[in-house]
Amino acid sequence: MATMNMIQALNDAHKVMMRADGDVVVFGEDAGYFGGVFRVTEGLQREFGKTRAFDAPISEGGIVAAAVGMAAYGLKPLIEIQFADYIYPGYDQIVSEVAKMRYRTAGEWPMPMVIRTPYGGGIFGGQTHSQSPESLFTHIAGLKVVVPSTPHDAKGLLIAAIEDPDPVIFFEPKRIYNGPFDGHHDRPVTPWAKHSASEVPDGHYAVPLGKARVVREGEALTVLTYGTMVHVSLAAVEENGVDAEVIDLRTLVPLDLETIVASVEKTGRCLVVHEAPRTSGFGAELVALVQERCFYHLEAPVERVTGWDTPYPHSYEWAYFPGPKRLKKALEKVMGD
Amino acid sequence: MSDKDPKVTRANRPVLALHVPEPHLRPGDAPDFSAIVIPAAGSAPRPRTDAPAADTHSLATNLVRVLGDDHRAVGPWDPKIDPEILRKMLRDMVTVRIFDDRMYRAQRQGKTSFYMKCSGEEAIAIATAAAMDRADMHFPTYRQQGLLIARGYPLTTMMCQIYSNGGDPLKGRQLPIMYSDKAHGFFSISGNLGTQFPQAVGWAMAAAIKGDHRIAMGWIGDGATAEGDFHSAMTFAAVYNVPVILAVVNNQWAISSFSGIAGAERATFAQRAVGYGIASLRVDGNDALAVYAAVQWASERARANAGPTMIEFFTYRAEGHSTSDDPSGYRPVNEGKAWPLGDPLERLKAHLIALGQWDEERHSTLVAHCDAEVRAAQKEAEKLGILPQQGKDNIASMFDDVYADIPWHIAEQRDAALAEAKDR
Repeated sequence: MATMNMIQALNDAHKVMMRADGDVVVFGEDAGYFGGVFRVTEGLQREFGKTRAFDAPISEGGIVAAAVGMAAYGLKPLIEIQFADYIYPGYDQIVSEVAKMRYRTAGEWPMPMVIRTPYGGGIFGGQTHSQSPESLFTHIAGLKVVVPSTPHDAKGLLIAAIEDPDPVIFFEPKRIYNGPFDGHHDRPVTPWAKHSASEVPDGHYAVPLGKARVVREGEALTVLTYGTMVHVSLAAVEENGVDAEVIDLRTLVPLDLETIVASVEKTGRCLVVHEAPRTSGFGAELVALVQERCFYHLEAPVERVTGWDTPYPHSYEWAYFPGPKRLKKALEKVMGD
Repeated sequence: MSDKDPKVTRANRPVLALHVPEPHLRPGDAPDFSAIVIPAAGSAPRPRTDAPAADTHSLATNLVRVLGDDHRAVGPWDPKIDPEILRKMLRDMVTVRIFDDRMYRAQRQGKTSFYMKCSGEEAIAIATAAAMDRADMHFPTYRQQGLLIARGYPLTTMMCQIYSNGGDPLKGRQLPIMYSDKAHGFFSISGNLGTQFPQAVGWAMAAAIKGDHRIAMGWIGDGATAEGDFHSAMTFAAVYNVPVILAVVNNQWAISSFSGIAGAERATFAQRAVGYGIASLRVDGNDALAVYAAVQWASERARANAGPTMIEFFTYRAEGHSTSDDPSGYRPVNEGKAWPLGDPLERLKAHLIALGQWDEERHSTLVAHCDAEVRAAQKEAEKLGILPQQGKDNIASMFDDVYADIPWHIAEQRDAALAEAKDR
């Protein structure tokens, strides 16, 4: 057991899997010698050599396509797209090729690969370093979509993703790489070392895909969230004195519906929280499912707390980000109805 | 703003004009290929296979040709192929042509939704298959059915795919002719053009990472070279010195758009390799011996870690893009017959006859044999059904293979689909 931040935990997952499986290869922009702009792949080239951890040209389409060819050969590509905002040149390869290959080849050419990508805002990255495009991938049959929120889960989920037979889009909430963020941007960042989820077991362990985690048990309300917003939501329910059950979904596809339904049936109220823009966001899917499955248990309309339907605005970051004020208002509304 | 700028006088400047490329001839015009430069067979030099890429770049504007007007093989590119291999190539080309005709007709008879012929381009896939190792990997487009046929993939199975019937290995999920078969080194064809080109590079990178001996070949059409994936493939192939052959089949037509719309007015497709520092060959695609020689050259180069090669196969799409296309709406009729580089099948046949290794009688026997073989395969395939009868049985299979295991939401939808099917 070691204390790690999320970057160290992800790095450790790479090392554990690259040691265990010679078919795991890592590449991406700046991911080789330097170890990535967020240092997640640091030291891999040194330990595993240049042909298993290397720099790629600035060509997300080429990176994903090369991974398709490698997976067809029998390797397990573990690739980095430097920012989720840059993933779009690779989108055709992901949607038309990676996601559909098992299906269109009747199982002959599955595409086991992990596409890691830092996502989300709160870092003053402007519109090209802050986006949360997860719903563009949850909509695509054939992909699994994973979002960790702690160092412990980041390592375990990444190991599970690498071992998974299907392609996984692995969104890393970069705002919480170094420490959990409670949404109060004017307060100092708490490092992960002060958080129990920074205790990361040594060696191999997997956090299974498709299983949510109840982060806080409660009776009054269910909060469904993931990524950075797990911590922002937790802080908000504590600050507002709401006895909420906070669920970290961890995997968006396949979704742990059982945990969601059990909780909403218990609490009778539900709030969905994500950073991504509102319209057609993954929250819309969650609200629809809760409405379909738990309608007669609901005591109030399900509310959403989200980013606004604008591009991510640089200097207006904290007016855009779904922080404590937006959460407070939504909590009051769901609890008041 | 500049309208008011007193420093700007436009009196002596031309008005800016956008150039939209236009083919020289349109429907109603008589076919005329006199503008096409065709170097004599045997005139192109053959660099060593480990030569620096730059030594090949004069070939990007040349044309590697082996078969002369006298049907003899000539020059440094003559691959000196055993007549047995030539006869196998001829046989495969005859089979592909008959197969195409039968399946085109099957589509017209309503037995399937769609078909694509490779008329006039048969030599390219077939001579390539003959020149490469059986274990090498192809990432083809939809006009390389010849690769499967040359590698002995069962004709009946191809037809079952076209009919989406019970014998279709792809379980009725793919458009006709989008074959896929691992055992025959034939990667799943995508309808999104160009995607396979950088995938071929990735496969060959994996082979190099693993210290394999197999190489890969990526295929693309002239039209799809305009896709970003083309550039990705060239960049990755050059950066990592990948053991891959990158083939552009320039049949000059992308549905109704002539190759000028893909940039061919400015440079040959082979010339694109120059800027990447990749070896480049431009080859008469209707000359089976030239195709063989070029692919053999590029294979040797790749296998020796001497780098990737781009090959432009210069040819002409003799018929429509697909069964959904009618070329008389955008180009002169009978252009295919006027194509100065001829019919690849007739040229190979004439070569074998010139060698004293073939004659008309043997050819008639071959055609009759291949025709019987294709008809028999079709009969077998149709026993398992044609497209209009499909899509009713085993609806549950529609939900398989989206993921390795069926997640709950897809299982629920499968049950709903099965219930819906019962309702009818």
